[in-house]
Parts: sequence; C-alpha cells; structure tokens
Amino acid sequence: MTDYAIQVTGLRKSYQGRAAVDGVDFEVRRGEVFSLLGPNGAGKTTTVEILEGYRRRDAGDVWVLGDDPAAVTAAWKARIGIVLQRVDDLSQSSELTVREWVGATAAYFPDPRPVDETIDLVGLGGKRDARASSLSGGQRRRLDVALGIVGRPELLFLDEPTTGFDPEARRQFWGLLEDLTEQGTTILLTTHYLDEAERLADRVAVISAGRIVEVGTPQTLGGRAQAAARVRWVGPDGPREVTTDTPTKVVTELATRFDGEVPELVVERPSLEDVYLKMIGAGS
Amino acid sequence: MTTDNTTRKFPAGTVVRPDYRPPPLRSVYAVRAKVELLSFVREREAVVFTFAFPILLLVIFGSVFGGQDLEGGVSFAQYFVSGMIAAGLFGSSFQNLGISIPIERDTGALKRLAGTPMPRSAYFAGKVAVVGVVAVVQNLLLLSIGVLFYDLELPTSASRWVTYGWVSVLGLTACTLLGIAATAIVKNGRTAPAIISPISIVLQFISGVFFVFSELPAWMQEIAALFPLKWMTQGMRSVFLPDEYQTVEPAGSWEHGRIALVLTAWCVLGLAVAVRTFRWRNKADG
Repeated sequence: MTDYAIQVTGLRKSYQGRAAVDGVDFEVRRGEVFSLLGPNGAGKTTTVEILEGYRRRDAGDVWVLGDDPAAVTAAWKARIGIVLQRVDDLSQSSELTVREWVGATAAYFPDPRPVDETIDLVGLGGKRDARASSLSGGQRRRLDVALGIVGRPELLFLDEPTTGFDPEARRQFWGLLEDLTEQGTTILLTTHYLDEAERLADRVAVISAGRIVEVGTPQTLGGRAQAAARVRWVGPDGPREVTTDTPTKVVTELATRFDGEVPELVVERPSLEDVYLKMIGAGS
Repeated sequence: MTTDNTTRKFPAGTVVRPDYRPPPLRSVYAVRAKVELLSFVREREAVVFTFAFPILLLVIFGSVFGGQDLEGGVSFAQYFVSGMIAAGLFGSSFQNLGISIPIERDTGALKRLAGTPMPRSAYFAGKVAVVGVVAVVQNLLLLSIGVLFYDLELPTSASRWVTYGWVSVLGLTACTLLGIAATAIVKNGRTAPAIISPISIVLQFISGVFFVFSELPAWMQEIAALFPLKWMTQGMRSVFLPDEYQTVEPAGSWEHGRIALVLTAWCVLGLAVAVRTFRWRNKADG
C-alpha cells in the first residue's frame, strides 16, 4: 500500500458562482516533492489553502496526513508547516529579531527543531540578531521558511516561495529545499517558475482554469520524452533545421557530411516551457 | 461536503498519529506576552506618542482651564485629570486594539499564527499583557503630573484605592473586549483609524473628559450613559474628587453599583461579539 501524505478527489470551490477549483484530483506520496504548476489565477493557492485548513471546500474528498483539514486540530497543525504566498508582517511591523521570531514560533510546537539549528538550516546564521524588518526580500523569505519548518513538519506547504528572488538567491533556496527532502519532509510546492518545478519536483501537476491538465515527472510531462527532436546547424547556405524522431541518425549523417565538427550543432527536445504553454493554452 | 469518516474513500495512511502533547498553555501565553511587549517597546515613535498624547492634552487643557473652579470646591484641572485617567484606560485598550488588530490582519500576521498549533487564546493573552502594561504606565504618568502640577490629591482611604482598582480593571476588561469586538466592523487596517478614532474622540467629549459632564445637555448625557467611558470617568471622579462633589453629579451620587453593572454588561456583550465575529483573515482574502 502506498503511503500518501495528501489525497484529493473531486475537489471543487467557487467564489460568487465562479469556479476557482473545478474538480481536482491528485495525490502526493510521503517523502515526495510535488509541484502544482500553473498560471496566476489557475486555482493553485485556493487548492493549497483548502489543504492547509484555511478554506472550506464546496465538494470533494481531501485527506492530509490522514485527516480532513476542514476539521483542523492543534495536533494536526503541529505536523504540517505552512509558508504562505504573501505575508507582510515580517516587513511591515516586525521589530523582533530573527532568533526571537523563530524562538516564539518554536514555542507553539510540541517538538520543535532547535532554534539556532533552524536558523542555520535556512542560511540566516549571520543574521540571527537582525530585526526581521531589516532583512532583504530573499532573507525574509528564508525566515518565512524557518518559521514553516521549526516545528519539524512531516509535510511542508510552500506557496510560490521564490517569487521576486534573484537567480542566485533562488539557487540557494533550492539547495535548502533539497536538504529538507533528504531529511524526509514531504513538500507541496506551488510555483509558476518552470525551472523551479523541473529542478525540485519529483512530480508536477499542471493546473489551469481550476483543473489538472496533466500529472507527470518533469521529464515526461506532455510527452516530452517521446516528442520529435529538432536538429539545427549552419550549412554552407546558412542555418538549417530538421524535425525528426531519429536525431542520432541525423547527427551521424551530418558528421559524415561535414567530416568532423558540425557548425553550431544543436539538438533539442521541447522544453518544459514549450509543453507547459501548450497545456495551459489547451486548458483555457 | 464529506467529512464523515465512514465516507472515507482512501486509506488514512499508515502513520499512527503520535500522542499530541501540546506545550503548556502558560509558557505559550508568556511567549505571546513577550512578543507583544517587545514589538511595542521597540516601535519607539509609537511608544512616545502613546504616552505623550494624553499628557499633552492634560497640559493644554490644564493650562487653559485649570484655574477655573467648578461647583463643590473642585478645580477644573482636578476634574480633568480624573477624566484623562479614564480616557487613558479607554485609549490603551479599545483604541489600541481596534486599530492594531485590523493592521495585523492585513499583513497576514494573524493568518500566519492561525496556521500554527498555537492556542488562539494565546494571541489575546499577549494583547492583554500589552494593554495592561500601557495602562499601568500611563496611569502612573498621569497621576504624577496631576499631583505635581494640577493639585490632584491622591486618595488617602483604602476604600478609594479599592474603587480605583476595580474601576480600572473592569473598565479595561470591557474596553479590551470591545476593541476586539470592534475589529469585526473594521474592514482593513487603513480604515481602522478612520472608524476607531472618531468613536473614541466623540465618547471623550460626551463622557465627562473634556467637558464637565453635569453641564452637558441632558440628551447628550443620556447617550453617553449607554457607553462605558462615562461610567469610567464617573468612577475615577469618585476616587479623586471630594465626596461633596457627588451632589453635582446628575444622579446625586457616585452610583458605584450602577458603574459595576454597566461595565460588566459591556464585558459580556464585548465577549459575546468578539467570540462570534473574530476573523483571522482579511475579508479580501476570501
């Protein structure tokens, strides 16, 4: 029997008669990093906030760590960690230091991670005594994550954790998430960054207009692995391109023809972005 | 919605829920009190204004009208200091919470807390701590200035100190609960001051803080008598003014029983509304 952290069937939620989530099914295995990928307004946050116990659903079955999040208890909340999409309390009103924030949050949980260890884990060791309001955007997001993981959650919800990060901050952040999965934390990650889903997720669900378009590994999504490849090179008459199911054969022929290096040779499969754009185009 | 376990379509998972032993309530309350107090004292401008504002009012009104004598051998300054002490209690509880809670709801601070296993009562315990500290410090400042500059006489009898104690505690409790309840009608942090501040200023005008209550038109007195501040100022006058002044009060007495009754009624009402209507998320957040 597969051990699931999350099971969702037939999930629906409407706001003023408009369906935000329109029949969503998926499950997340324990220890897995599962990504909900979709454009803004696709229903990602509504779905996640139902799973977190913040919102009530209109219909469907939802099990999170074996419990119904609509009947939340402190015992259940002690087993999950939540990093919300947008919270401004750290920037607008927090005169507390990083250590005070993490320490206070740890005090709500029965078996918290040591405060300093948590701070080091998110890479804020040098900012322990800095006030939260003085941190940069990326550092503040790391503090958000510290507050999400200090309770040693079995399941961590991350809602668009790296929006607004510069590329280097994003890479560091990915490293942190990889550390957490190594420790066995199940992660549900919503994002609209394809490279992020591709790098981190074991499986990706593409959601569009409140429905799941497809669930698969980043490598196979949208038939990527089987899709025709494009081979491009520069011949004597200028750039050339062929689309083929047998790229190896094409390249071998080219190598023979050019007797060695083929100028500006590129072989490419559809990128995750290509298949994603096709999917959300189809879904809307 | 299927929330009944019998309709469960999936296995519940193999992990047995560990025995949940929440951290002791006392320690969570202490942590929230520390968070609230640190947040308050580190907002230096807010601290200065919170304490300076009533003192400034006291100095202005005291300097302009202080020399005027009222009936019953009382100076306006003495009358005004007792009113300001009541108004200070009102401001540190009702006005403070009615404005700060909607702002915290806007920033998502409350949503973040609601996502943790923290008992929700702990949030209010933290607020009570900060209201209590602000009220005590403010009272000490107003009393000191009143005694030093405006002929305020500290009570000499134990019974008056007892009155001071119960009027303060009951008034603070009522206004704290009302401040929390008022956040139900405040949509967001930006409109909070626009709604809460006028309520407090109008109540101060009609409840015997800036004007002598017995000199107000009867209809205004009747409206004021519906709200807690009028009873708090009256209670404070019974602590700081001579007993002869009772005859000037509209009822001809300090009406201690009635003060206790009205403030208790507001406590009950505030608690009922607060418990039923308190929101941890902004309405705009679904």
